[in-house]
Formats: sequence, structure tokens, C-alpha cells
Amino acid sequence: MDGFIFSLIIGIFIGGVCGYLGTLMLSRKMALTAGPLGHLTLPGIALSLIYGFDVSLGAFPFVILGIFLIWLFETRTKLPMETLTAVVFASGVAIAFLFLPVEQAETALIGNITRVDIYGTIITSILCFLIFLIIRKNYHKMVLINISEDLAKASGINVRKNNLLYLFLIGILVSLGVRMVGGLLTAALFAIPAASSRNFSKNLFQYTNLSIFFGILSSLLGILIYKFTNLPAGPLIISVSSLIFLISVIFKR
Amino acid sequence: MGKLKKQVLKMFAKDKKIILKVKNLTVKLDKEEIIKNLSFEVKEGQVLTILGPNGAGKTVLLKTLLGILPYNGKIEWKINVKIGYVPQRVPFVKQIPISVREFFLLKTTKEEAEKILDKIGFEKRILEKRLGDLSSGQFQRILVAWALVKNPNILLFDEPMTGIDVKGKETIYSLLLKLKKERNLTILLVTHDLNIVFKISDYVICLNKYCMCRGPPIKNVTPKTLQKLYGSKIKFYAHK
Repeated sequence: MDGFIFSLIIGIFIGGVCGYLGTLMLSRKMALTAGPLGHLTLPGIALSLIYGFDVSLGAFPFVILGIFLIWLFETRTKLPMETLTAVVFASGVAIAFLFLPVEQAETALIGNITRVDIYGTIITSILCFLIFLIIRKNYHKMVLINISEDLAKASGINVRKNNLLYLFLIGILVSLGVRMVGGLLTAALFAIPAASSRNFSKNLFQYTNLSIFFGILSSLLGILIYKFTNLPAGPLIISVSSLIFLISVIFKR
Repeated sequence: MGKLKKQVLKMFAKDKKIILKVKNLTVKLDKEEIIKNLSFEVKEGQVLTILGPNGAGKTVLLKTLLGILPYNGKIEWKINVKIGYVPQRVPFVKQIPISVREFFLLKTTKEEAEKILDKIGFEKRILEKRLGDLSSGQFQRILVAWALVKNPNILLFDEPMTGIDVKGKETIYSLLLKLKKERNLTILLVTHDLNIVFKISDYVICLNKYCMCRGPPIKNVTPKTLQKLYGSKIKFYAHK
């Protein structure tokens, strides 16, 4: 099996699960949270490229740090999420470029899905499948929290525990997503399929399934176009996703 | 059986009809005292209204009773009580494409949802409507129906008439009256609406951080108490 097949498998898994989790992020007005987290992975990606270890492994500790920072800043300052997003996002990029080798900058910023072997493919696929199962098990609770935290608490749902789980899942998926589309474009993996799906859907069933489908379709088509054109795969995946979004705007219910 | 549970059982055995006892309740949020030293009891089947100006601590009181907010003092619910809650606002509901059916499936089965909606006077086809597409009145009634899932003994309502037109209000009035009559439901209601207070309440608590008056509305909700509660003259027409 060559690298292309590995890329396709990883693309399908990551694209689909990001689309799934994106439906929860969009309804919480948190779709862009993945943005600063993606940018915060840049120093981690830089380290992994300098010392030659897995990109996702480098990214993960920085995502966890990012989640902690956003949570800390929000609790202590009560500033709006957008402001904190801007602070964290710019800091990640600035720190990364202090020591990121220029020749590696492209990989860090827009990803390189071809840098993956069979072990990476297996581990990523298993992780994505597990995350999918965890989201599915907790989806109802998370939707109710999105609708109203008070209603969820009154129904006996542990909101803090679910929020923590939710952020942790975003963290793992961002770490996996940066390999595919780089630190700059990660947020799009979550936000665009869910946004397109919302334009077509009139219920939750359609919303989640279409978002997963659009996530998979964008990755699949993006990687296929990369195979024939040799343009970078990450931007191609996001461009296909954006095209689907444009179509959804035209046919919006 | 725990010592505390025994004590509570003993307490409620003395007065079987009491469903909730609140004693010396004080709630502080961000170091600010929102409610101070509030004590009251709610009896089964009673409709108790909490009346007060904006910022008086009414919503905070409901959330504290639900266990959402921290407090000092005592809140004792009757053992195995089932509470239904209708919040004041559900801010993100328009963001989520969720149908009425799916909203109920978050909490119960399709069969129970259909049964409750039928009792409240909705046709089956409402199930397929998007929650965000409902009118304010319809949405409020759906929230009431949702709160009725699993047969609660007591319903906590936070300003159920906010943003609802006159016709919608009438529908919810009659719904509350019907629930009270048919199910002997205990209702705890937060409202600004004096009409509701007089039409369906048995008991009223005037709250503005402290309890400023309490008792049957007809005796306690007078122009004088309202002026004290709201801090200015309130136009008021006595209900007979």
C-alpha cells in the first residue's frame, strides 16, 4: 500500500469525525475555538519537525495548554471568547515563528498528509473511531447542554464533566487534524461541514449525518485532486468544503 | 438509612402535605448577596408565586432550589420528589436544527412525548417542526410539555409569559389551571404578571433580596406592598 491510500484512509476518518463534533461546536457558537487551538499547535509542530517525531504528538500538549489557557482567561477575566481567541491565536503563531525552520513552515501551516505510515494510519483510525463512539454516547447530553445549561443541570446532567470531555475531544481531534490541513486551517475541518449541513437540515438527524458526510466528501475529493494535480492536499480539502458550503447557501432550506 | 434522611422523613411525616421547606436561605453570587434569610414552605397542590422587580433574585431562587447555584441555609425537598423546570430563556435553541420530536427524545420516548403533547392540545404534526421555527407561545407550551415528562410532582416556572402575546398568555393560563386541577401539581411560579398572581395563585412571596410580604394574594398584593416592592407607584386594579 502506498502513502496515497494511507492519506485517503486518514482523511476519511478525520474529516468525518471533525464534521460530527463540529455540529456541537457550531450550535454553541464555538466553531472558531478550534482556530486558536490549531494555531497554538504550531510551536508543537515546529518541535516535532526539528526533532523528527510525529506531528500529532508534538501538537497535542500544546492543544491541552491552549484549552487550559482559554478556560483560565475566560474564568479570570470574563472577556468575550472572541477576544481571548484573538490573544491566544496570535501568541501561538508568534511563538512558533520564533524558532520554526523556514523550510518547514509550509508543513506546519497547511499540513502534509503524505507524511504518514501504516502505524500512524492505524492509530489515527482507531482514535477517530473511539472519539466517534464517545461523541455518539454523549451526543444527547451535549445537545441539551447546548440548548440550555440550566435545563441540562435541572435534568441531572453533569455539565462540567461533559464540557471537559467535549474540550478534550476537540483537543485530540485538532492534534490529528493539523497533520492533514495544518495549524492555519484546522478550524475549517469542524466549522464548514457543520455550517453547510445546517443550511440543508431541518432536524438533528439530517444535521449530524450530512455534516459527517460533507466532512468525508471534502477530504476524499481534496486528496483525490491532490493526487492528480500535486497541489497541497490541506488547502484542497478546505476548498472543496468551502465549495460545498457555497452550494448549500444556494439551496438553503 | 442515613441519619439525615431519617430526620427529613420524620419532618415530612409530621406534615405530609409539605413538599418543600426553605429555611434561612442566603445566596451570594460574586460576593454579592442576592437573597438574604429567606424562609418559606410549599404545600402539595399549591400554586406559589414569587413576585418582585428585575434583579430581585427570583430566577436565582429557582436555580438555587434546583441545586444549580450554591447557597447557605436549608432547602429540604420531600423524599423522591420529581421536579419539572421551565426556564426563562433558552438562548441557543435557534442555532440548532432540532425537531420537536428530537427535543423530547433527549429526555423520553416517542410514545410519552406524543401522549403529553396530545394532553396539552398539540397535534402530532408539531413533532416534525423545527424547534427554532415555533412561535414564542408554541415554544413556551412545548417547554411546559417537556417539563411534564416523567410525571413531576412540582413544576418550577421562570416567567412563563415573557415575550408572549395576549392570546398566547391566555393559552398558558388555562394550561396551568388545567394542570393544577387534573394532576394536583404543585407549581412554583416566578412572574411580573399580576394577572396570573390573582387568577391562579394560592400564595405569594414578594421578594426583593428579602421577603417583603407573603400570604394569599388577595390580602397581601395591595398597592401599598407593590409600592414598597417596586419602589414606585404601581397602577393597580383590584381583582374580585
